Amino acid sequence: MNTRRVAVTGIGVVCALGNDANEFERNLFAGRTAIAPIESVDVSSLRFKNAAEVKGFEPSDLFEKQELAILKRFSQFAVAASREAIRDSGIEWGDDASRERTAIVTATGAGGLTDLDDQYENLYRYNKQRTPPMLVPQSMANAAASFISMDTGACGPTYTVSTACSSSNHAIGLAFHSIRNGTVDAAITGGSETPISYTNLKAWEALRVVSNDTCRPFSRDRSGMVLGEGGAILVLEEMEKAKARGAKIYAEIAGFGMTADAHHITMPSVEGPVRAIRNALNDAGTDPSAVGYVNAHGTATAANDAMESKAIREVFGDHADNVAVSSTKSMHGHTLGAAGAIEAVATVLAIHRGLLPPSANFNEPDPECNVDVIANEAREKKVDAAVSNSFAFGGLNAVLVFKPLGLV
Amino acid sequence: MNSEIAEKTISVIADFKEIDKNSISVDTKLEDLEMDSLDALNLVFELEEAFDITIPDEQASETKTIGEMVEGIEKLLAMKEEEGAEGGEEE
Repeated sequence: MNTRRVAVTGIGVVCALGNDANEFERNLFAGRTAIAPIESVDVSSLRFKNAAEVKGFEPSDLFEKQELAILKRFSQFAVAASREAIRDSGIEWGDDASRERTAIVTATGAGGLTDLDDQYENLYRYNKQRTPPMLVPQSMANAAASFISMDTGACGPTYTVSTACSSSNHAIGLAFHSIRNGTVDAAITGGSETPISYTNLKAWEALRVVSNDTCRPFSRDRSGMVLGEGGAILVLEEMEKAKARGAKIYAEIAGFGMTADAHHITMPSVEGPVRAIRNALNDAGTDPSAVGYVNAHGTATAANDAMESKAIREVFGDHADNVAVSSTKSMHGHTLGAAGAIEAVATVLAIHRGLLPPSANFNEPDPECNVDVIANEAREKKVDAAVSNSFAFGGLNAVLVFKPLGLV
Repeated sequence: MNSEIAEKTISVIADFKEIDKNSISVDTKLEDLEMDSLDALNLVFELEEAFDITIPDEQASETKTIGEMVEGIEKLLAMKEEEGAEGGEEE
């Protein structure tokens, strides 16, 4: 019997829609899409030309020279978001005991691998004899988690989860469970990803799932996903402790479910996601009829959106007509290992404001996607529960359930 | 001691430490530069880049002053020149 509950008390974001949570929130609810021609990589030999890149992010404004020597771009996003989320939450660690009872769980799909292109080029093409000395600790997937622990002094369970596009939902879910089961009282959790490198763009091109237009989730004319970069961090706290210190509470994180399809490396199944959503609702003790919003995985590939719509229909039955669905990837792109964290921030903001973010770039309904899509404009709606889906290549599914404060 | 190499070494160190190059000389002890092990690694990398040489681990760790560092770099540059000349003959 779980009596402990968990509050979301702080959010931080760096992504194409905004370099902080305020800018992200404004653009998210305005339905702006940040998908644009790729600027940081020469795309002349690529079949697709667009992505959701972070613009105007100046590392030297945020970090000391010595810090930058160990922080690659994917870590910079996570640490910047972590600092923002911690400031936003107002959390303070007064003693060693509370530091020891704070977890740090970060997520990334590829970590620093996508930052290595320059080094490969130097070594193989230009025959250079050396790499920068910090390349190993810079590139390791846990670089951001380690830095956040040094940055804050928080020294409880600290680790990094890597499950491709589900990474962040797994991280946030595990952090949530650690608080609920009493292992820790607080957690700094989320993820980051920087997929805009030449090698990685070529790899995605070869998979033939990237649109050469824009991202149109659930729309009949959808043409594939669009990559995005970014990071987001949430501060989670045990509910009574958060209330006792008078923290602002965005939402309750109430449930987490995870499954594997055991099916196919890239083709999604309906059954795996259905079980993941049901597990998350069971974990939250929430009846499906309470759910008013699904922040969809919604990659805008033909396969995902049709599969996800079927999964939503199967879980919610007739109530699916009352479940509003949007994919914010239409605006901030598919940020892979960071997606769940950015979308968790979108979902808690939606609950907090009673305003649901839209699916941008939506043109026409698809009979294969029989769900109530929030097309192009935010929708005012107070919900009793919201679900945020992440489904990864490899058939790994992770789903979170959030609720407004006050509802058990 | 080659004054050009000494000057370049001092300037690399000064840039790296973000200090005035007039505040250090060939007599400056490396321990007075207050560098931790990561700084030392990064400085060796900067010097390798600046002079296009490869500094062996043991040579890097045995160096105590900027003067010794300059002497070490001179030796490595001389070796490089020799190798370059030999390579030229073979062609």
